[in-house]
Amino acid sequence: MGRYLLRRLLQLVPVFIGTTFLIYWLVWSVPGDPFAGKCGDRGCPPNYRAMMTEKYNLDESIWVQYASYMKNLLQGDFGITFGGREISDIIATSYPNTLKLAVVALAIEAVIGLGAGILTGLRRNGFLDNLVLVSTLFLIALPVFVIGFVLQWLLGVKWGIITPTVSNEMRFSELIVPGFVLGSVSMAYVARVARTSIAENRRADYVRTAIAKGLPMRRVVGVHLLRNSLIPVVTLLGTDLGALMGGAIVTEGIFGINGIGRQVLRSIVTKESATVVGIVVVLVLVYLIMNLVVDLLYAALDPRIRYE
Amino acid sequence: MSEQSAPGADGSGRSSGRLLEVDDLRVEFRTRDGVAKVINGVTYHVDAGETLAVLGESGSGKSVTAQTIMGILDTPPGFVTGGQVRFHGKDMLTMSPEQRRRIRGEGIAMIFQDSLSALNPVFTVGFQIAEQFRIRRGMSRSDAKKRAIEMLDQVKIPNAKGRFSNYPHQFSGGMRQRAMIAMSLALDPEVLIADEPTTALDVTVQAQIMDLLGELQRERQMGMILITHDLGVVADVADRIAVMYAGRIVEEADVYDLYRKPAHPYTLGLLNSIPRMDEKGQELRTIKGLPPNLMNIPPGCAFNPRCPMAQPVCLEKVPPLLQLGNGRASACHFAEELVNRD
Repeated sequence: MGRYLLRRLLQLVPVFIGTTFLIYWLVWSVPGDPFAGKCGDRGCPPNYRAMMTEKYNLDESIWVQYASYMKNLLQGDFGITFGGREISDIIATSYPNTLKLAVVALAIEAVIGLGAGILTGLRRNGFLDNLVLVSTLFLIALPVFVIGFVLQWLLGVKWGIITPTVSNEMRFSELIVPGFVLGSVSMAYVARVARTSIAENRRADYVRTAIAKGLPMRRVVGVHLLRNSLIPVVTLLGTDLGALMGGAIVTEGIFGINGIGRQVLRSIVTKESATVVGIVVVLVLVYLIMNLVVDLLYAALDPRIRYE
Repeated sequence: MSEQSAPGADGSGRSSGRLLEVDDLRVEFRTRDGVAKVINGVTYHVDAGETLAVLGESGSGKSVTAQTIMGILDTPPGFVTGGQVRFHGKDMLTMSPEQRRRIRGEGIAMIFQDSLSALNPVFTVGFQIAEQFRIRRGMSRSDAKKRAIEMLDQVKIPNAKGRFSNYPHQFSGGMRQRAMIAMSLALDPEVLIADEPTTALDVTVQAQIMDLLGELQRERQMGMILITHDLGVVADVADRIAVMYAGRIVEEADVYDLYRKPAHPYTLGLLNSIPRMDEKGQELRTIKGLPPNLMNIPPGCAFNPRCPMAQPVCLEKVPPLLQLGNGRASACHFAEELVNRD
């Protein structure tokens, strides 16, 4: 297991370099003067230009720029915005908000999606099964921004059950509806995958064996059936967590959450190249690590996957 | 349809001192294409310390009978439409699910054919054995582990302690079937149902597993129902044989009697189709034709389309399971002639 982990971590290095270089190259190679429009109508003063050019090696080739950027990055220096603000500071203030929202969304996906999937998988073609099939299809078919605006308007404006936007304190109670919106589509997929998986394994020989051993139904379903059926669901949830941690531009926008998704969108619009690269580098790293965690979890759930 | 004289057919739990009795059992499978009558009045019993072999082709209903006894029949499509399954004289089919559950494992246990799919792939073999001690006997984890290792030892798995934490896919076929036997015997059942326990194994391993089963059955004085389609497997182990065809018992006899002088043309056909060394090079003898479609069982004796002895009466009347004395019974109109021939 240790050797496997080391190998997988080493594999992450070329992926990390490749993806970050692509991003860096795309962002800084946008045609035109990087200083255009940065300092109002008069244009930027020469000493400021010189300072930023020096800082980001703008008169060198893209390779040199990237190399010196990565060198700074590895020492924890994300650089500064054109306005002079520390980029690490921007990430540090907005990323926790995204993480909170992601955790709430994932919890909703796991609890509601898995619960609905298990219940309907055990009892197919009943009322509940049809209800879940129709409502999940509904969620999958609707774009997230529609679900978001409808819930915000209904619950927040018309009925006044929630505050329409999330405050800066980011209380968990405020995050339930945004979390539901963010997780809705994946929740629907989790429910469907869990349903199919449970229904498939329900008739498996080992389930029959467990019944023949005289185990209580609770244990047959909760231990023997569930553990096998969870494997595809965990894969789905794991990859989704990686995506959730990448920030949610739409959901964060609707509910006014100051998260990483909004931050990266703002940086792209204002051509804050260094900020875009800095944030994306963090997101790539998080995504790669999440992927690794899912693979390890997968092995823990299914011993037939050998890692030696 | 049933002319079998069933002991205690009236009875809601009248005890006849038998350990396990299947009494005029009827099961049908309701599918989209129609109703298949899979079990059509099966009656057999097994007592403590004896082994009953249930013999038949695939589709004869031998496994479905076993599943009905265990209460693991897939419903739907399978439905019990009549008869009783009595354990210590009490009909299990009318018991509450909880009462039935308590009998499983402790009263009646079962070994399945394909141990790779019958064991849960994501738990260790040891866990799956120890689980029964923990859940059914309320033992602590460490006590249960100790007992599970003892069980693995009893079925002669080398290095039982080390194998405890192996997963099913890390066992060979024979060892896995041994583990399966250990699991089924964990709660010391009174009846063991072995559903084709050696079919998925190599021939050399088959004999070892059969020997082990026979040995454990004698040691523990269990009643054993050995389900098989292989006449060669049963000869050494079984006391009595019940031959099934199209969901009915067509012949029942002591092993010796049955091999010496079968009282049903189907049994005769089965015995004749065993390849023999002294007939090397000759064409194998088979029973012509195919087993009947259970959605459309022929009128009269179900075996009549394939029977070399068929007479007009066989096309009209279902032959009852006639008692021939000495515990022999045959469901053939000409059973007496078959037994009395030279």
